[in-house]
Amino acid sequence: MSEALYPIAIDVNGVTRTGHVTARTSLVDWLREHQNLTGTHIGCEHGICGACSVMLDGAPVRSCLMYAVQADGHRVTTVEGLTQPDGQLSILQDSFCEAHGLQCGYCTPGMLIAAQALLDANPRPTEDEIRDAIGGNLCRCTGYQQIVEAIALAAERIAGATR
Amino acid sequence: MSAPQASPYGFRYIGAKRRTKEHPRFVTGRGRYAADIALPGLKHVALVASPHASAKILAIHTDAARAMPGVHYVLTGDEFCAATDSLQIGVDAPKVTRWSLAHDRVRYAGEWVAAVVADSRALAEDAAELVEVEYEPLPHVTEAEQAMTDAVLVHPAHGSNVILHRNFVWGPVEDQFAKAEHQLSFRATWNRNATVPIETFAVAAQWHPGTEMLDVWASIQMPKYPDQTAKALRLPGNAVRVHYDVDVGGSYGVKRGIKHTVLVGYLAKRLGFPVRLIEDRLENMRGGDMHGPDRTFDMTAAFDGDGTIRALKIRAIDNVGAYAGRAPFQLGKPVSAICGPYRIGAVGYEPVSVMSNKTPQEAVRGFGQAPTNFALERTMDRVAQFLNMDRIALRQKNMIRNDEFPYTIPSGSTYDSGDYHAVLDKALAAIDYPALVTRRDAARKAGKLAGIGISTCLEPSGGNSAFEPLLNPKNETTTWMDSCLVRIDLSGAITGIMGTSSAGQGHETLVSTVVGEILEREPSTIRVIHADSLQALPSNSPVGSRMAIMLGGAAAGAARQIKETLLTIAAHNFECAKEDLEYRDGNVNLKGVPSKAMSWDQLVEIAHRKIHAMPPGVEPGLQAKFVWEVPTGGGLPTADGRIQIYPCYAFECHIVYVEIDPDTAAPEIKQYVCGHDCGVMINPDIVHGMTYGGIAHGIGAAFYEHFTYDDNGQLTSGTFMDYLIPSALEIPPVKIVDHCTPSPLTTFGQKGSGEAGYLGAPAGVANAVNDALAPLGVEVNTLPMSHLAIWETIEKAKRKA
Repeated sequence: MSEALYPIAIDVNGVTRTGHVTARTSLVDWLREHQNLTGTHIGCEHGICGACSVMLDGAPVRSCLMYAVQADGHRVTTVEGLTQPDGQLSILQDSFCEAHGLQCGYCTPGMLIAAQALLDANPRPTEDEIRDAIGGNLCRCTGYQQIVEAIALAAERIAGATR
Repeated sequence: MSAPQASPYGFRYIGAKRRTKEHPRFVTGRGRYAADIALPGLKHVALVASPHASAKILAIHTDAARAMPGVHYVLTGDEFCAATDSLQIGVDAPKVTRWSLAHDRVRYAGEWVAAVVADSRALAEDAAELVEVEYEPLPHVTEAEQAMTDAVLVHPAHGSNVILHRNFVWGPVEDQFAKAEHQLSFRATWNRNATVPIETFAVAAQWHPGTEMLDVWASIQMPKYPDQTAKALRLPGNAVRVHYDVDVGGSYGVKRGIKHTVLVGYLAKRLGFPVRLIEDRLENMRGGDMHGPDRTFDMTAAFDGDGTIRALKIRAIDNVGAYAGRAPFQLGKPVSAICGPYRIGAVGYEPVSVMSNKTPQEAVRGFGQAPTNFALERTMDRVAQFLNMDRIALRQKNMIRNDEFPYTIPSGSTYDSGDYHAVLDKALAAIDYPALVTRRDAARKAGKLAGIGISTCLEPSGGNSAFEPLLNPKNETTTWMDSCLVRIDLSGAITGIMGTSSAGQGHETLVSTVVGEILEREPSTIRVIHADSLQALPSNSPVGSRMAIMLGGAAAGAARQIKETLLTIAAHNFECAKEDLEYRDGNVNLKGVPSKAMSWDQLVEIAHRKIHAMPPGVEPGLQAKFVWEVPTGGGLPTADGRIQIYPCYAFECHIVYVEIDPDTAAPEIKQYVCGHDCGVMINPDIVHGMTYGGIAHGIGAAFYEHFTYDDNGQLTSGTFMDYLIPSALEIPPVKIVDHCTPSPLTTFGQKGSGEAGYLGAPAGVANAVNDALAPLGVEVNTLPMSHLAIWETIEKAKRKA
């Protein structure tokens, strides 16, 4: 039983990456196993925990629920793509460090993706809007409080930077 | 980056708001978790799991799976169990054997029966579906009290389902009951849940035939893990090298994949190429053996009309599931604080550990303390209700006063320090308790069910394993050390070396802060590494809320030796006594003569290069190790079962306000304050983070999380659709109020906080819901108080009315 392979070309963090995958290869497996982008994590593989969140054309999606072939021709942003081109932390990443918005770091990439998508669409979110935006991302370490604080801090800093 | 805030304790770095060392790699996606370890030629394991709760295995047909292209091996219990030894068991029950794969018989649904190794996980799963197992179903039992009848035996060779049953009487229990004006009894039930980290368990292993050594990378948090792996594989201890520089994606007790590791280790050695197993979520929930306590408490309290609690009788029946590792000990650790923060002079405790055809239990945050605290705090509220006494006044009356420490409780542990009344007062002030009562009463008038919950609980910390000899007289474990090696290299840079892995607790921050404090060097410049198990000094891993105390103490001890060496070198070169010198920022000068000084760099260079300038008898190079034993540890239990268990006791007070919609029964936490005293906080952000997380975990246990089983013994909550982990929408904002009563037993006055929040939140939430239901004359003493359970209770009240 040899599985058919399909060619794909996906813009990942601004670089087009190509390859051949089986139809059943999930986007997260392709990112992790084929592209060595292990920043995106696998938590439940049934679309609940949000650890595998990436942005597809700017909107957060579960990369465990999506096949790599479905992302062919699209633009994917992973946690590795949030870091500034010069290697500096983004304001959001730095705010997570400042507010202690993480502990074990496992849900963090997905949280950052969800938070970045929120801030892109709504640069001054309320606490309720922040909680709503990360409501699909489970964390077992933090009780969410310092994550909410980190995102609010990032919003404040971004507003300050653009004022 | 904002400037670090100063330490409130007068330390240089300890207690200051400082960023952790670990975060930058995590926020950039550069953590290195077990699933990220890429080994050349790596092959992947998928598992065949039992569909039956109990059955005889008649035959396993593997030919079709083996014939599939890309499949390398199919392993079954016959081969595996002959080639390896049973995993170790904590209590004295040698016939309760346990291997990674079943043979002859399966004892729970989800138990591993065969392992398939293939080029990819997908192919391995395909092949696993081709493995055909013939079973003869056997009767099963899932409920503990039914299992105690021994009508159906899980391990016939053991002769009973009861694996541990003791009867402790500490103090004049019957006498106090005879003298007491009142007594009451009730049952409190803590159903199965677990910490369920977002990362499942993962392990990769590689055998090197040339050196006959097994390398292991795993998401592990477990004491004695390399030793147990080696023993089961019939290898000498020095043939297993566990790499602790693997980031662990959350654990909170449960990341103890010893059966996973022995399986993968065996396959790697047998097959000659590296092998990896990563649990999928169902494997994790059903067959990962990481469920937590599953416990029923029969509580009886003896008390007087003025609220004085004279004695308690506690019977705790715990369902450990189909096999037992250390899980029965989770009935032993709570002996450490069996009467909570209260002055209760006599306690009877009857722990019973029962096997059943459920998934095996493993250590969960608090190691049995959170369920016990829940039962104790429901008892306090019921006594208050019985006497029509204010719940706060009852607690204040019975709590140990700050001038009574050190305070020895009937079961033998001495509480080190505390100021419970002050913390409770602070929490009441922070929530504005009179205003909260007004709010509750107004909500009730408006037709809502509204309640305030209070819990006052202890977190024993500085974990040792003193419950082992208490519950198994053949086990004389009395040491539970931890250690640290500190090394200064020729460039003057400092490295701290620890011997275990971390799962988010910030140990690199801990070690660097402590070493920086002692040596007066900036912690952000200090590197902390996790040595592998063959290079590491002894560690008993981050269990039992112990690392701030134990690793912190060890790091401080090693750093102090380095400081002494630097002073000795300077004294030798200045031809003076060490006492004539002062140490500042790593430089040493003659007291009062700042110009007569040797710099850090000069001292380091002498130690590394200039033996002629070294004092005689001082080892060249600059490194120091320190192995620290748990303070107050080391004793065996007395004949009547009294023993000092953990050394340090942190206190937490939860005040929770809940409103319940009277029609839908949906509960909502509207306000939450936690007063917390864990002594000196080495990094307040880390302590607060763990406390917030513990509270969230406790709210999950109180309302949502439950491993449920159906009549066929099948787990019916094996996904996150059924096992409900609270999100940011269920967890309310929490206000933490700090208090600091230093421990006299530790290096800087710190106590543990790894279980903070979780130890009091379920009790506080349960008391709040019961306060809300009180006007209806009904109560809930079973966790989780699911939405449905609350609705049914309200309906019951309506029918009664």
